[in-house]
Parts: sequence; structure tokens; C-alpha cells
Amino acid sequence: MDRTFERIPSGCAISGIMNVAGQRISGEKIIASISLMHDRSNGLGGGFAAYGIYPEFADHYAFHLMYQSERGRTLTEEFLNKHFIIERGEPIPTRPVATITDPPLLWRYFLKVPEERLYKNPEPVDERDYVVEKVMYINDNIPDSYVASSGKNMGAFKGVGYPEDIGRFFRLEEYEGYLWTAHGRFPTNTPGWWGGAHPFTLLDWSVVHNGEISSYGINKRYLEMFGYKCTLMTDTEVVAYAVDLLHRRHDLPLEIVAKVLAAPFWKDIEKMDEEDRKLYTALRQVYGSSLLNGPFSIIVANSKVMMGLNDRIKLRPMVWGRRGDFYYMASEESAIYEIEPALDEVHVSKGGEPVIVRLKEGE
Amino acid sequence: MANLIPPRFKVVIDYEKCRKCKRCVINCGFGVYSFADRVIPDHKKCVSCQRCVAFCPEEAITIIENPNVFRPNSYWTMEDRINIMKQAGSSGMLLTGMGNDRPYKNYFDHLLIDACQVTNPSIDPLREPMELTTYLGKKPDAVTVKVENGKVKLDTRIAPQIKLDTPIIFSPMSYGSISLNAHKALARAAKECGILMNTGEGGLHKDLYPYKDWIIVQVASGRFGVNQEYLDHSAVVEIKIGQGAKPGIGGHLPGEKVNREVSETRMIPEGTDALSPAPHHDIYSIEDLAQLIYALKEATNYEKPVSVKIAAVHNVAAIASGIARAGADIIYIDGFRGGTGAAPTIIRDHIGIPIELAIAAVDDRLRAEGIRNSVSIVAAGGIRHSGDVAKAIALGADAVAIGTAALIAMGCHVCQMCHTGNCSWGIATQRPELTQRLDPDWAAQQLINLVKSWSLELKEILGALGLNAIESLRGSRERLRGIGLNDTELAILGVKHAGR
Ligand code: SF4
Ligand code: SF4
Repeated sequence: MDRTFERIPSGCAISGIMNVAGQRISGEKIIASISLMHDRSNGLGGGFAAYGIYPEFADHYAFHLMYQSERGRTLTEEFLNKHFIIERGEPIPTRPVATITDPPLLWRYFLKVPEERLYKNPEPVDERDYVVEKVMYINDNIPDSYVASSGKNMGAFKGVGYPEDIGRFFRLEEYEGYLWTAHGRFPTNTPGWWGGAHPFTLLDWSVVHNGEISSYGINKRYLEMFGYKCTLMTDTEVVAYAVDLLHRRHDLPLEIVAKVLAAPFWKDIEKMDEEDRKLYTALRQVYGSSLLNGPFSIIVANSKVMMGLNDRIKLRPMVWGRRGDFYYMASEESAIYEIEPALDEVHVSKGGEPVIVRLKEGE
Repeated sequence: MANLIPPRFKVVIDYEKCRKCKRCVINCGFGVYSFADRVIPDHKKCVSCQRCVAFCPEEAITIIENPNVFRPNSYWTMEDRINIMKQAGSSGMLLTGMGNDRPYKNYFDHLLIDACQVTNPSIDPLREPMELTTYLGKKPDAVTVKVENGKVKLDTRIAPQIKLDTPIIFSPMSYGSISLNAHKALARAAKECGILMNTGEGGLHKDLYPYKDWIIVQVASGRFGVNQEYLDHSAVVEIKIGQGAKPGIGGHLPGEKVNREVSETRMIPEGTDALSPAPHHDIYSIEDLAQLIYALKEATNYEKPVSVKIAAVHNVAAIASGIARAGADIIYIDGFRGGTGAAPTIIRDHIGIPIELAIAAVDDRLRAEGIRNSVSIVAAGGIRHSGDVAKAIALGADAVAIGTAALIAMGCHVCQMCHTGNCSWGIATQRPELTQRLDPDWAAQQLINLVKSWSLELKEILGALGLNAIESLRGSRERLRGIGLNDTELAILGVKHAGR
């Protein structure tokens, strides 16, 4: 399929649930939460990220693939065979849903990286860099093929339709995970491309995003300098890659990553103590091109953490709440109350201030 | 033959209105007027600098283009014919001042800026913070931090950075080519605006020492005025390799402009021509440039960014990449519209490339090589308004430098006669009766007003784009569209055509 589409602006709904003790729940709650915000989407995109769903393959990279043709599948499987050990490959189970039409071929593979691949002379290769490179290769070079997710013990389920319909289509009530995020999309036009739905993922990172990143042009060019290929022409992809670059490759703590993506204003930096002023000045000097400018609320997650973040002047809504070990984030408060009427606490998140929820140690 | 050349302009005096105050006679730096019963203009001397027009109390003067026409010929322009006549009569290079005035394609005017509608909100700069702060200097690829007692601390040593309150600086104009009053005005305005002025290659007059934190000092091929004290009185040190108006050739300040103060500042004898060689005779390769860069860093204790200024020529991208790798902190690129105090007309009008294309090519190349962070790009050469500033930044510049626009703010009317030393506006001259016309306080205020106005407009543009920090526009070519450009031009600029 021709992926040189125009970039598509969109509005949206997002929701997230995490049990910090690692207790797994079925996909039903997240579907209930996102479907309450039905009117924030328009049926042109919905999706979910689920963590902890493949315990029997916990050490394998779970690749969710979308194919527009059998040829794409053949080529991709050849490629995977060459670069990975395929433990298992199977169609992703779905059920017919009246409103979901024309799905691509949906497959998943549980992969290991062959040891010998990690030693390119003379430098050893980081396993995750290796996987990222292969994902980028497939998305960029293999026709009709798109990697929807590639992390361990997690997966992205997404497509064209209302999120609740997508959820039923993928039979998410049959999966159990400790961390779920969801997205309902309101694109202003659409090429009907399933890959364009959220979440966007890389390794075990996933991003769901409500908003439009007005700085997309430079964010993309900046990330390209570090080898990321933004093939999907959507804002959200750059968020996923920026988080990967800053957190995984540049080793910045997630709190600091948030302060790069939604940087404090210079006037506020000036008021900080000497130490912080130096740090935040350096961050803005060096990472100015990865400031996400424009309205957004995002939920970024990986196997251990869920982070909610708003743009620095809070141009999009976001609320978070807690009941016991369950943490909730959503575009609307009602979407949380819908699934947990008795919250211990509930807050409106602040512009540029990340809300970070971590899996308890040892879970 | 010179006498046979028709005047370019005609000075039309309304003698009914004229009250014979002779202000025009006094004000004209070019000796156009004489007085015998009434003012009599010598049309041939008029350069249309508009000084008399501005100062005539009766609005009695109109300068018109000479309506006398040569037989029209779309190939042999009047200018070409006159230039041939001049050279046939005098034997020599034709000199000129200011930038290339030929009607080459102007890319700024073929670029349009985006704005937000509905899907993302525009931002109101009067109600929301809007950030123009820009730091020039070498940035590392990554910031490293360490966590101590739960507090995240910076663990990277960042190379020296210069803070600009707005991404607009003044371009190099030497003391000698322009007057000390003009230099003072630029320095005062730079301080007030939180930006930089640039000495050009003529050294730094001691009166400007208090402004050292807002000054770029240049080290050019003539090394005029360069010593430790000079380097110490600066925020940035710049190696001048080339100039947009005259790439590949040196400078020439005629002896008449080298009065006592200029001679002291440049450290050359009074009344001698100040000739700077075409190349630096210690830089014949990129390795030599690296040596000079590091010599200057040593001399300034690694506390100041070193900038390298080049003219935009065909191979500018590869040259810029070499400069970045040679260790420069800033690359200053001067496009072919850039001004000059004096240059051979033939060089000014036919050498170099437009700054728009140069910015795009350099930014692309540095990104492709993964070294864009390692150097800041300052773009100059024909920036006329804040729209050009925004476009230059969106194409990939960190900041722009303005020369001609700054001169216009101080009264210049772009008569292109800077090389004659007769500037009626007291700017490009050392004649005391002319230089005293330029009040440095007034001129500084004019410059401040200009920079503030453009900054306000930049904020308005950012707001329309839904951005609240200038770095989100820098290199964001997605927010530009071309109009009336072919595929090659669009590809070089890295923009889509309007409608896409
Ligand atoms: S300045 Fe005007 S009024 Fe005065 S002499 Fe000249 S033309 Fe006449
Ligand atoms: S500085 Fe003076 S001489 Fe040069 S163009 Fe401007 S008005 Fe004319």
C-alpha cells in the first residue's frame, strides 16, 4: 500500500488502567471506559495496548503484523525467518463484527533473536536496537506489511472502527493484562489504513494520544537524525520514537523525558534553583527539537510504567484517579467513574506535569 | 566619455515652493547642489539617497528616474550599456555598495507559512507565553544526568552557549566602512535587545568595550585590530572566510576612510588603504581552519563559541559540514543578497547563491550526517522582514542576521553608494560633517524598535502556527509550502507545493 499519505489531524479519546501489583484483568473494563467516550471518536480508528497478555511467551518478542496482501505476509515471514527464531506464528483470533469491514490479514509471531546476530564485528549489538532496526525495516521496505507492536508480553490491537467494536472484533475480553490503554480516534479524514490507528508502539512502548502536535515537522526531522523512520505520517509515531530515544537510548529518567516533551517555560526555569536551572536549560538547549508543541494529552506505557502527560499549556483534557492498586487515566472523568465508581482519589492533571505510575518492585 | 553618460536620476525642484534655505545644499553628501540665486542641481551626481527630499522644509524636491529612454532593448539593458560606457571611459572595475540588486528569483517570496484552523488551536501571544529565546553554540547529541539523593542532576558539560532574547542579530559591518556612531548604535541596541552586534573586520573601538557581552568580534584575512584585548572584549569570536556580496575576494577600505581613529582601531597607518587578502594566508584547507578555530579557542580559554562566516556558494553544504567537523560552534552563512560597504559590481551581481537554498542544503546535509546538533546556523543575506525571519528559521536556521535592514532603520535609503564614503545619512562615511548627523541614541532606539517589532510579529506567526517556542519552528519545513516552484526547487527546499 502506498504510505505517502498526507498527515492527518485528529481529535480523540484516551483511557488507561494499570494495576501496580500486577493483578491481571480482562479487556472488558477498558472497552467499557473508552466506549463511554464514543462521541469523541468517529468510527475511523480505535485501538488498545495490553500488557501481561502472553505470560507463556514472556521472553519472546511478540510481533503483531498487519498485511494488506498475502504477498506482504510471505515477504515478511521470509524476513522474520532470516533474522529471528520464530517460536510460533499464528493468525490473531478475531470474531466478525458488523461494523468492522475489510480488515487486513492479522498475524502474530513470538520471536527470539539468534545469539550470533548480536555480534557484528567488532561492536556487540544491543538486542533491542536490533529489534527496532528490523521493525523499521519492515515498515519502511516490505510492501503491504506493518508491525503493529513488537514488545515482550504485550500487544497492540487496533483498526478502523469505533474502539468498542475493535475491542470486540479482537475478542479482548479473552485476554488478561495488568495494564491496558485505549484510544478512540476522530481523524478529520482517513485513508482507511489500519496501521494509522493508535496505539503506536516500539518494543514494549506504546503511546495513545489525543491531540495534534504542531511541531511534528521538526520532531520528525530530529528523530530521523537518530535513524527513526516516521513512515506513518502521524504525530503519535513521533511521540513513541522520542520516548524511545530519550529514555532507552539516552538513558534519561521518565520524569525528565516528560520535561523534554513538555518543557517548562524559560521564565519558570529562571526561577529554579541553580542546579535545576542548569539541568533544564541544558535540556532545552539540546532537546529543543523534541519539544512537543501543540495540544496533546498522551498515555505512554511500557511493561513497568504508565505515564500520563499533557502539553505545557494544557490544551487537551486529562484526569487521573486511583482505587487501591488500580490507577486510571482518561480524557474524561466520567470514563473513569464508568468502570470504578468508588475512587480513593481523583485529580485533573496539570499542563506539563507528568503523572507516572509504576509497577511495584518484584511484581 | 563619462560626460556622455546620461544621468540616472533627475532632481526636480519646485521653485515656486523653494524658499532658498539651502538645506539641500548642506545635506547632500554627493555635492549635487550649488547655489547661485537659486539652488541648481547637477543631476549626474544624484544617487537618490533621498536626504535632501527628507530635509527640504517645503517638500519642494522630487527625485525621479531619468525619463529619457535609451532605445528599449530587452537584452542590452540600460544598465549594461551605461556600465560599458563607464568602463570604456575609465578602464577599471566598477565598484558598488549594498547587496545584489538584480532580479534573480527570490525564494522567500515563493514560500508561504502555515496556520492552525480547528484541529489544533492557534495561540494568542498576548495572553500566553511565547518564547523566542535562542541559544547559539555547539550542543551535544545527548544530555546525561545522574541521580543523587533522589535529585536529578546535570552530568554533561555543555559547550559555551550564547543566549539571544530573539533570534535576530546584527550582521558584521566594520568600523571604517560605517561610522563610529553607527557602531555605537548597533552595540547599544544589541545590549538592549539581548542580541549581538558584529564588529566586522575592522577591529573594535575602545568606546564599545562596555558592550563586550553583546559583541561578536571578527578575525578576517587582514587581521585588522586583532589582539588579545580584542578577543577578550567579545561574546563570540568569528572567523570571516567570505561575504555574500563578494565571495572569494578580499576587502578594500579606501585610504580616505582611514582617519586617525579608524587607523588606531585597525592598527594600520592613517590614510593607507586597508586591504584584506582574498583568502586567509594561513588557511588553505579545512585542517588549517581547524587550527585557527582551536587557536582562537585556546586564546579565549574555551569560554566563547567560535563562529565561521562563509558566503553561500554552490558547494555550501559540503563546506559547512567541513566547518562543523573542524570544530566551529556556529556557522554564519551569507547569501548572495547580502550587503557590502564596497565590492566589484560584477562579483556582487554574479557570484553566490540565495540564502534560502543554502540554509536548506546545509541543514539537510548536517542532519544527514547526524551533526546538526554540533553547530548553530546563522543565516543572512537579504532578510527584509519578520516573514523572512520565520521562513529562514523554518528552513533550518537557528537565527538570522540583519545588515541592510539595520542600516535602513538608522536612516539608510539603499542608494548603494557606501563605497564612495559620502553617505548623506552619516552611516557609511567617515567625513566628520556627515558622521555627526547620526545621533547614536536615536539610531539605537530605531534599531531597538525594529528588533522589537519583528519579535512581536514572530510571536504572532508562532501563535498562528499553534506554537509557543521558536525551537518548534526551527527546521520545521512541514509548516512551509512553496508557490510557483518546480520539483527540483521544492526538493532542495524540502517543502511541498501549496495545496499539498
Ligand atoms: S531644501 Fe528645499 S526649500 Fe531649501 S533650498 Fe533646497 S529645495 Fe529649496
Ligand atoms: S549606508 Fe548611506 S551610502 Fe550606503 S546605501 Fe545607505 S544611504 Fe547609501
